[in-house]
Amino acid sequence: MTQFNIPDTDYMYPGHVGCPGCGATIAMKFALKGLGDKTIMVIPACCWAIIAGPHPQTALKVPILHTAFETAGAASSGVRAALDMKNDTETTVVAWAGDGGTFDIGLQSLSGAAERNEDFIYVCYDNEAYMNTGVQRSSSTPYGARTTTTPGQDWKQTRKKNIVEALAAHRIPYAATASIAFPEDMIQKFQKAKEMKGGTRFIHVFATCPSGWRVSSEMSVKIARLAVQSNFFPLYEVEHGVKYSLNYKGDRPVEDYLKAQGRFRHLTDADIKEIQKMTDEDLGLLMRKAEI
Amino acid sequence: MSKNVKFIQGNEVCVEAALYAGLDFFAGYPITPSTEIAEHMSLRLPQTGGKFLQMEDEIASICAIVGASLTGHKVMTATSGPGFSLMQEGLGYAIMTEIPCVIVNVQRGGPSTGLPTGPSQGDVYQARWGVHGDHAIIALTASNHQDIFSITVDAFNMAETYRTPVILLFDEVVGHMRERLVVPEPEEIPLVERLRTSVKAGVDYHPYLPREDGRLPMSDFGGVHRYNVTGLFHDMWGFPSNNSGVTHGLLRHLVDKIKNNVEVITRFKEYYLEDAECILISYGSSARSALHVMENRRSRGDRIGLLELQSLWPFPYELVRKKCANAKHIVVVEMNMGQVIRAVKRAVDHPDRVVLANRIDGFFINPTDIKNILRLIQGKGV
Repeated sequence: MTQFNIPDTDYMYPGHVGCPGCGATIAMKFALKGLGDKTIMVIPACCWAIIAGPHPQTALKVPILHTAFETAGAASSGVRAALDMKNDTETTVVAWAGDGGTFDIGLQSLSGAAERNEDFIYVCYDNEAYMNTGVQRSSSTPYGARTTTTPGQDWKQTRKKNIVEALAAHRIPYAATASIAFPEDMIQKFQKAKEMKGGTRFIHVFATCPSGWRVSSEMSVKIARLAVQSNFFPLYEVEHGVKYSLNYKGDRPVEDYLKAQGRFRHLTDADIKEIQKMTDEDLGLLMRKAEI
Repeated sequence: MSKNVKFIQGNEVCVEAALYAGLDFFAGYPITPSTEIAEHMSLRLPQTGGKFLQMEDEIASICAIVGASLTGHKVMTATSGPGFSLMQEGLGYAIMTEIPCVIVNVQRGGPSTGLPTGPSQGDVYQARWGVHGDHAIIALTASNHQDIFSITVDAFNMAETYRTPVILLFDEVVGHMRERLVVPEPEEIPLVERLRTSVKAGVDYHPYLPREDGRLPMSDFGGVHRYNVTGLFHDMWGFPSNNSGVTHGLLRHLVDKIKNNVEVITRFKEYYLEDAECILISYGSSARSALHVMENRRSRGDRIGLLELQSLWPFPYELVRKKCANAKHIVVVEMNMGQVIRAVKRAVDHPDRVVLANRIDGFFINPTDIKNILRLIQGKGV
């Protein structure tokens, strides 16, 4: 991974109403460094709808359109169309949604926009459950996790939906994953996405939620790093649905990642082996696509 | 035998009551302030042999319960404002196909995202007319945990009796409040079970041919009878029809089965109405403040009474008219810009005597708000 200078300017105010250690706020800080101030944020119901929040704690220095839960893709399409009619090609429209608003309720409007190849960047900051309402499972919640709607022995028995593959299958110009633990990589991806005007660009950002994942707040970035290092959340890019490139190959067991979090504490060694198997399988598939 | 006493949230009471009523399938989606219903269901249903599904959104939730109900189970979903809006198409479908189900709306401030954590009673007319097209609906409400329990059981009973969706219009205050609940003993509250057809396998079954008493016996979908279900206007076999007689007949049936049973469906509580010169009319959490004011004023000798409505739709026009016949002042207490007051004004002989005591700022209506209105009525100034 190449080193480069991180832009100095912040488009996020210091002091906001996010929880201590919130990965989603770190994600926004890095994203805006890459995007700059000519950006419109379209935010559906999610944690960020609160964090962008009430005056004087407004966290962003860019305009915010807080839209209905299932409509990030649709509202962004409308904003983009109007900007195009005004010949404003400079402004970047960014849909900024959580995993519930992307994987579940918002998938229809996202898929519609991606099929029309709308000219905007869709960002899913993924904290792997409905955190704003108090940790209910989403279709992004990984196999094995406990949430308030997959409690006790009924922990989640299905795999996390692979949203990047779903978007890549729309043959959009750019789909990528990024992590708050890899700022250079993440900011570069946002800069690249910004430059690739003319179609839908999708960035899936891994954003730790200390309160929902039951980890202490200072572990937020470390957990995100472990997710990449254990290939639980690989960093990769897909151009036009076919050109895959893997940005980082981890070598740690998923056990290191799982054992650090309360939401996986109940898992037995056999469960962890099963998750390792799934992770290896997913990575193998990805590497074949990347022709590694 | 010792009583089963719990100290729990209103949302949890609703879950326990639904299980008491025989619910065994719940599909839902997280939304404040109703999320605890889904959370508690996810814990309780596996314990009782039922099934909990977390869906991808609210229209998915209502459609899932409609499918499960048709197949022979007692079902429910729960949501709040924006989710209730998303459910409207499924709600209309359940009305048209006459599928029993219960929909809980723990009201929050609206429109749109509104006030997710603030109470409101602004969805009264959405419950009535949110669905497009002519139709009838049953909507019930309650102000305390004991009543949430019994009214939830009532909702399941009415859903089965009239083969209709029933809406439970709670609000953020009663949903999130914790108070004492004495769990009724089994069989203490009568339950209405699914009326299943006596038509044998291989004999022509008419899913939409009402009996003489108006009820439609059901046959578990996918069971011994093959039949059609559609949101289109349909004949007695359930097949689509645009025959004018069939269309006219079905719409009349959908409306009349509820309209003709207003008195049976009506639920209310009354306090000191016999000699009341001033009558407070309220429902849900607002009725608690109204009750407090009423008791306080009574102890000082004022001739004041309270009519607490527990069924909002079909609106009990005749009941309200009779109860308010001798009142000089009628004060409707609700957390909205004036919704139930519209129905009250239509019901009473002297609509000019009806005034509103409301609050629309996301805060619970408190006794002082009501007392201020009473002082104005009495010409005392605030």
